[in-house]
Amino acid sequence: MTTPSQTVGPFLAIGLPWEDGPTVVPEGTAGAVWIRGTVYDGDGDPIPDALIETWQADPDGRFDHPDDPRGRVPGFRGFGRCPTGDDGTYQILTQVPGVVQGQAPHIDVSVFARGLLDRVVTRIYFADEAEANAADEVLRSVPESRRGTLIAEKAADGYRFDVRLQGDGETVFFDV
Amino acid sequence: MAAPASDKLILPRYRRDPEGTHPPLASPGYGSTKLRHPKQPLVLLPQKLTEVTGPLLGPGRLGEHDNDLTVQHDGEPQGQRIIVHGRLLDGDGRPIPDSLIEIWQANAGGRYRHVNDNWPSPIDPNFTGAGRTVTDSEGRYEFTTIKPGAYPWRNHDNAWRPAHIHFSVFGQAFPQRLVTQMYFPDDPLFFQDPIFNSVPDEKARQRMISRYDHDRTTDHWALGFEWDIVVRGQEQSVFEDEEDE
Ligand SMILES: [Fe+3]
Repeated sequence: MTTPSQTVGPFLAIGLPWEDGPTVVPEGTAGAVWIRGTVYDGDGDPIPDALIETWQADPDGRFDHPDDPRGRVPGFRGFGRCPTGDDGTYQILTQVPGVVQGQAPHIDVSVFARGLLDRVVTRIYFADEAEANAADEVLRSVPESRRGTLIAEKAADGYRFDVRLQGDGETVFFDV
Repeated sequence: MAAPASDKLILPRYRRDPEGTHPPLASPGYGSTKLRHPKQPLVLLPQKLTEVTGPLLGPGRLGEHDNDLTVQHDGEPQGQRIIVHGRLLDGDGRPIPDSLIEIWQANAGGRYRHVNDNWPSPIDPNFTGAGRTVTDSEGRYEFTTIKPGAYPWRNHDNAWRPAHIHFSVFGQAFPQRLVTQMYFPDDPLFFQDPIFNSVPDEKARQRMISRYDHDRTTDHWALGFEWDIVVRGQEQSVFEDEEDE
């Protein structure tokens, strides 16, 4: 019965960006980090008409959602949204999430773009959580040679996480 | 729900859609998929807490005229005024209340107000083409807008997109996130449109087409169209081991 997905097309910038979309937490929040990256196509060219959306737990691993069995934690939006610029880059300001159900800290990511008839879904993990990452059930389900595509590298003011839709170093995408 | 007394977590689970419901990412008829579709197989992601929750975005995201695209400027936009309404439902027919819906579209001449859209049809100074609303307690939404025109797009010889409105909905959990397009009944351009036809299942494809709604058509004012948006339904609750306590 589900309505089919369709592409956002080339003009998503008319309807989807929000002024505060990239800031999951306000600037100046203690411990906030910038996650920055570039979205690339199969030729390695940056994609200027994509949109990144993020969904994550707060630093205690909890969600502002009624299905969090420990009860809803109001106030942490947990959601970020950033269209890519002419150079294919996006940036999200957030706090690193806590452990959720024993999983390593992670952020769920949806990528939308012209040429994507449905969103693709990936996860951001964090390079400085090596021990937790090594034990993470989802990461372990991914072929070892491709796991690195899910791990954000440390950068000056946070982390770097690029998305490659196709080709060399293609990002791991999930069926959720 | 109350914290479970045992060491079990009760989480909802979202059903996968039948084969053919959504377009394959590799759809050669739509040229832009060529360099943008992943070639590696998708990896199955178990639905854990991050996947069965999602952003609950509502009233805080709305401005006063966000659900009426015809009053966002000093003058009235050109074109056929329409009312588009319907419900946001899950796959079991349950309405989803208090949920953000975003739309964007071309003007009556098929031109988007976007720097990269420059085909020879005029911009309408009185039309931006972006709207937002929040579903009511019964999952209903309504927009007043202008019927968008068809537009050319160079994908193939003499390629024209059927008239459509882009819709974005969140539902109540990450698996229900959906971006789609609403079409109009009896559009003569369907036959040659690879985006509309990228949906393999014929019945699923028809679910993207709105219905002319004479009851909602308002005399001397606007034509009515009805369109329900359906996101993934839930499976029965399952128990799973709580691992982090
Ligand atoms: Fe369009």
